[in-house]
Amino acid sequence: MEHLNHDVLIIGGGAAGLRAAIATAELNPKLDIAIVSKVYPMRSHTVSAEGGMAAVLRTDYDNFDLHAYDTIKGSDFLADQDAVEFFVREAPKESVRLEHWGCPFSRDPDGRISVRAFGGMSVKRTLFATDKIGFHLLHTLFQTSLKFENIHRYDEWFATSILVDNGRVDGVTAIDIRSGELVSFLAKAVVIATGGCGRIYQFTTNGWIKTGDGMALAYRAGVPLKDMEMVQYHPTLLPNTGILITEAARGEGGHLLNKDGERFLKRYVPNKMELGPRDILSRAEMTEIKEGRAFEGPYGSYLHLDLTHLGEETIEAKLPFVKELAERYLGIDPVHEMIPVRPGQHYMMGGVHTDMHGYTGLPGLYAAGEMACVSMNGANRLGSNSLTECLVFGAEAGIGAAQYATKQGPPSFGNPVQGFALDEEKRIYDKVLKHEKGEKISTIRTEMQKAMEDHVGIYRDESSLSQACELIGDLKQRMKNAVVEDKDRVYNTDLVSALELDFMLDVAETIAYAALARRESRGAHSRTDYPKRDDAQFLKHLMVYETRTVPRIDSMPVTITRWKPEARIY
Amino acid sequence: MSQDIATIRVTRYRPEKDGKPYFQDYKVPYRKDMVVLDALNYIKANLDGTLTYRWSCRMGVCGSCGANVDGVPKLTCASFLHEFKGRTIKVEPLTHFPVIKDLVVNMDDFMHKLVEIKPWIIREKESPPEEGEYRQSAEELERYDQFSSCINCMLCYSACPVYGLNEKFLGPAATALAYRYIEDSRDQGKAVRFPIVHEIEGVWECTLVGECSVVCPKGVDPMLAIQKTKILGATNALKSLVMPRGGGK
Repeated sequence: MEHLNHDVLIIGGGAAGLRAAIATAELNPKLDIAIVSKVYPMRSHTVSAEGGMAAVLRTDYDNFDLHAYDTIKGSDFLADQDAVEFFVREAPKESVRLEHWGCPFSRDPDGRISVRAFGGMSVKRTLFATDKIGFHLLHTLFQTSLKFENIHRYDEWFATSILVDNGRVDGVTAIDIRSGELVSFLAKAVVIATGGCGRIYQFTTNGWIKTGDGMALAYRAGVPLKDMEMVQYHPTLLPNTGILITEAARGEGGHLLNKDGERFLKRYVPNKMELGPRDILSRAEMTEIKEGRAFEGPYGSYLHLDLTHLGEETIEAKLPFVKELAERYLGIDPVHEMIPVRPGQHYMMGGVHTDMHGYTGLPGLYAAGEMACVSMNGANRLGSNSLTECLVFGAEAGIGAAQYATKQGPPSFGNPVQGFALDEEKRIYDKVLKHEKGEKISTIRTEMQKAMEDHVGIYRDESSLSQACELIGDLKQRMKNAVVEDKDRVYNTDLVSALELDFMLDVAETIAYAALARRESRGAHSRTDYPKRDDAQFLKHLMVYETRTVPRIDSMPVTITRWKPEARIY
Repeated sequence: MSQDIATIRVTRYRPEKDGKPYFQDYKVPYRKDMVVLDALNYIKANLDGTLTYRWSCRMGVCGSCGANVDGVPKLTCASFLHEFKGRTIKVEPLTHFPVIKDLVVNMDDFMHKLVEIKPWIIREKESPPEEGEYRQSAEELERYDQFSSCINCMLCYSACPVYGLNEKFLGPAATALAYRYIEDSRDQGKAVRFPIVHEIEGVWECTLVGECSVVCPKGVDPMLAIQKTKILGATNALKSLVMPRGGGK
């Protein structure tokens, strides 16, 4: 098998991966860096982020402690407070770097970057570029990365396993999608930054590529996944497609209405209303639906997002993408008409366990972005913290990897690493690709998505979660005989889908098991059988470890620095 | 919701099996709100797992899913099936690009051109982040803003007859992006970037057909960028401007 050598490998070309690559390249220009991404970096799902990125730039009314407190309260006190404090201090520097690299931020009349209100943030601190910050951030980072001659790229290469020998990472195996060949990449350090796993759910804002690859890669390499039960539901998705309507629509003054035309949030978050945190708003919508105060449509129940009072000028200037999406996909002009919305899966608070510097605990392996769990988001992430998180911890992971790689000698392609790579080749081409009789990939995928949607959704209980664990376990068995219809080597998306589904089933299982183990309600995790937060038992992170049978759950204390857990009232 | 049946005629080309491309028809039930991409996904999941195409966001921003739909370059996620009611909908790979498989085209050429135009801010000296952001007025932003909206979907190259004849032509998207940096008040790299866009295969090749601006799904006007670059070039030549040194590679 062919093998390629680089000093630092970055798996994933979204915000966190690109930021890591740039940080590595800047720290040590002699390092040979490679970004391995299953899509061209500018296709990464960062591109779909809309509302903005949070950072304390307005020190006349804002400060680090306030940003930290908002984030910690938003997390329902499950965030590690040292990580949050580090994050808020780095956030302004990272934002300004991004601006210096060319991000076309929206501006105030004095030329400063504009800020807007966002859910759970007590003051205006969300920087934005109309309502397309993710797109602009991603393209700015990608285009900036092109100036570094020591950053190489492998676009449309799909990582299938992490090579570990003697307790350290030696590289990865990856398929060159275009040729269909499996290749070993040897590296001194690896940063994984492949994003979330929304596609394990039926109804999600996430793109097709969000399949939890990096989570499964690290999990299979022995690294625990943390806070996996914490799945964020966003309150405003278009009911038919799951297309996200940004929280900025509410930040700019939009209202949520039930079928009686009532701003129902006054009964749930009277002090914050539409700017309450996402977990509480999504549950409020579910209650309105359950109690019969929602609209009924061909795609189930929905509420109204009303922007009509904002006026055409504000909508055109601040929310042009909302207008474009509503017009194109619903034939609705939000200047004059209400937008139908309902909650849906949006983000994973949980992910690959790392410390504050992106280190996973496995020598040579670093992680950042939605895929990682530092944990600064705890049980519920505040909108507009995640892009900044990608920058802050992407940079940390890149620096960590660069420092480690600078000290390390190169790995060699001897045994057992070569053996692992050959085993991987057999798994993919002799098993996954060869099966002739069995179920379609799409059948298993659809059943997994339904199981997660029905049993591990906004509300959970012992019975639904036990059922989910069982269903996912069965699907994992059935997956062993699933059939890849396309037998070609060249650009085989059917094969990639099968490998992605195999990853997603592992990740789905960790979510279901962790959710079952957390017998309390906290943040996004709502157990109808344990409706209260239970700090005595559960002020801790659940850590999920891969075993040959079912996942093993362990725990880790939450770091509290200055903010004692208190009732979370908005 | 009522359902109709659409006939989707897709170009198939699998280099390991097929000597040349051919069409394959699929019948897809659809509702009013379904797009061509939904039809492709329906085919892939239910009828034929070998059909090959790119996609991700399904909301018109990742730029992956471009194809020629009924002969016109479009994002398949933004082309509604009902608009072709009663007709066979032909879905072909974007023209002017080598085909890797089915609807997947090779866009290496653009990826190289993107690097050539140096799409990053070039400064003689960078300020440390502690000094805060570079100020930029709304008017300064306005001068390059639309050109920064390019999603690299390649529809403009597919529509461009000049690129069809001469693949060395820098082309619409790359020129729009070059102009985006040239017009950015924070950038000091004009001297480095100008020769690239003004070379033989740069803006002067454009014959002002304007199809690029028509097909752009994001309202970018690459032809305007090309025009403005020409004007800037002419002005600079007249002034015999002494260019500052740029910091690009």
